Amino acid sequence: MEDFIRLDIPAKAADIRKLKVGTFVKVYGTVYTARDQAHKRLAEAIRSGAPLPFDLNGAAIYYCGPTPAPKGKVIGSCGPTTSGRMDAYTPLLIENGLSVMIGKGVRSAEVETSIKAHGALYLTAIGGAAALYSSKVKTCELVAYPDLGCEAVYRLTVEDFPAVVSIV
Amino acid sequence: MKTISAAIVRSRLVELITDCLIKPDKAVTEVLRNLSDAPAATVAAKLIAQNNDIAASERIYACQDTGQAVFFVKLGDEISCKGLHNAIVEATREAYAAARKSVADPLTRENTHDNTPPIIETELVSGDALEISFLAKGAGSENMTKLYMLTPADGKAGIIRSVVEAVENGGRNACPPLVVGVGIGGVSETACRLSKLALLRPLGERNARADVAELERELLEKVNALNIGVAALGGKTTALAVNMEVAPTHIGMLPVAVNLQCHSLRHGTVKF
Repeated sequence: MEDFIRLDIPAKAADIRKLKVGTFVKVYGTVYTARDQAHKRLAEAIRSGAPLPFDLNGAAIYYCGPTPAPKGKVIGSCGPTTSGRMDAYTPLLIENGLSVMIGKGVRSAEVETSIKAHGALYLTAIGGAAALYSSKVKTCELVAYPDLGCEAVYRLTVEDFPAVVSIV
Repeated sequence: MKTISAAIVRSRLVELITDCLIKPDKAVTEVLRNLSDAPAATVAAKLIAQNNDIAASERIYACQDTGQAVFFVKLGDEISCKGLHNAIVEATREAYAAARKSVADPLTRENTHDNTPPIIETELVSGDALEISFLAKGAGSENMTKLYMLTPADGKAGIIRSVVEAVENGGRNACPPLVVGVGIGGVSETACRLSKLALLRPLGERNARADVAELERELLEKVNALNIGVAALGGKTTALAVNMEVAPTHIGMLPVAVNLQCHSLRHGTVKF
C-alpha cells in the first residue's frame, strides 16, 4: 500500500502548500456536505448578502448526498458525487473563504485557476466507495436546508478518510 | 395464455433490488481485489473491493447513489400478468424505502420522495416467458452518456472514434473502472436502449457475432490506453469491458450510443 499523509482540517495554509498532486491523504476533522441544490442556495446567499448557515472561512466541503442512517449508525453510505456539477458556484465560494473541496472527477479550468490563486485544495475521494466512507464518519449533524433531504448541509467529523490530492 | 401472479413478481423484484443495491457485481469486486496496476490505481482498487466487502457484510448500500431504478422487461405475448406495471412500481417503492431519495422533477427539482417512478423499458417477444432485469443507474455515470448520429460513411472508424471520445471526455467522472455499453443501429432510442442493455451482460462474455466481438476487443484495448484508470488515478484499467449490441438500422443512418457504467455495477435478472 502507498503511504498516506495525515491531513487535519481545518488545514493550515502552510500544510496545503506542502501537498503534491497524486499524494494519498487521510483526512481528519470537520467537513460540510453540500451538493447541487445546497450550492445553489449558498451562492444565492452570498450574492444577496444573506448570512451563511456555516462559516465558510477555511471550511471544507464534501460533495456528498448520503443515504439515510440505518438504525444504530451515524450516517448511511456516503461516497463522493461528481464535483464538476458544482463548478459554476465554486469560484464564488472560494473567494468567500472555502478552503478544501472533496469530491470526484475533473474540475473546470476556471475552478483550477481559482483553487491555485487562493491556496485552496481539491481532493478526490474514491467514487463508489460509499460504505467504506460511512465507516470513517464519526459524527453527523444537520446544519441547514433540511427540506433538501439528502442534499441538506450536514457537519461531519471524519477520521482516517482516504483521498488523493488532485488540485493544489 | 400463461398466467403469472403480479404479487409474486413484486416480491421477487423487492428481493432482487434489495440484494443488488448492497452487492455490486461480484466479478467486478474480484477483478479489483486482485488488480495489479499503477501504484495509485492499485490502492484505489483495493479500497473499492474493501468497500464492497463492508457493504455486503454490514448490509448497507455499496454506493450512496442508489440510482434511478431501470427495468428491462421481456414480455412474452402469451403471458397474462394483471397488475404487472403496478407490481414493478410498488417493488421499487418498497425496496428503495431505506435508500436515498434520488428522483426529482426535472424542472422544479421537487423530490418524488419514494424513488418512483422507475424507468420501465418493455420489449414484446413471442412466447410465454417473462424476464425482468434491474439496473440501478447512478447520475455520475449516466450523465456521461453520448449519442452520436453518424452516417454510413463514418463506418467502423467513426464508431471507434466516438466510443473512445465518449470515454476520454466522460470516463473520469463516471467512477472508473467502467463497463462501456455501446448500442449501434436502429433509431436513436434503439441505440440508447441497446447501450444500456449491453451493461447487463456477464463480465468477460463477448458478443456472439465474431465481427462485433472483435470490435469490442479492439475498443477495450483503445479505451485502456487512455490512462484514466481506477478512480481516474491513471493506469491501464479504465474499463473492465466494452459490451456492444447491434440492431439493423436505416440505409442512411449509423446511430451509436455510448453508456458508461461505474464499477458499482448493480444489476440482476429474474425469470418467471
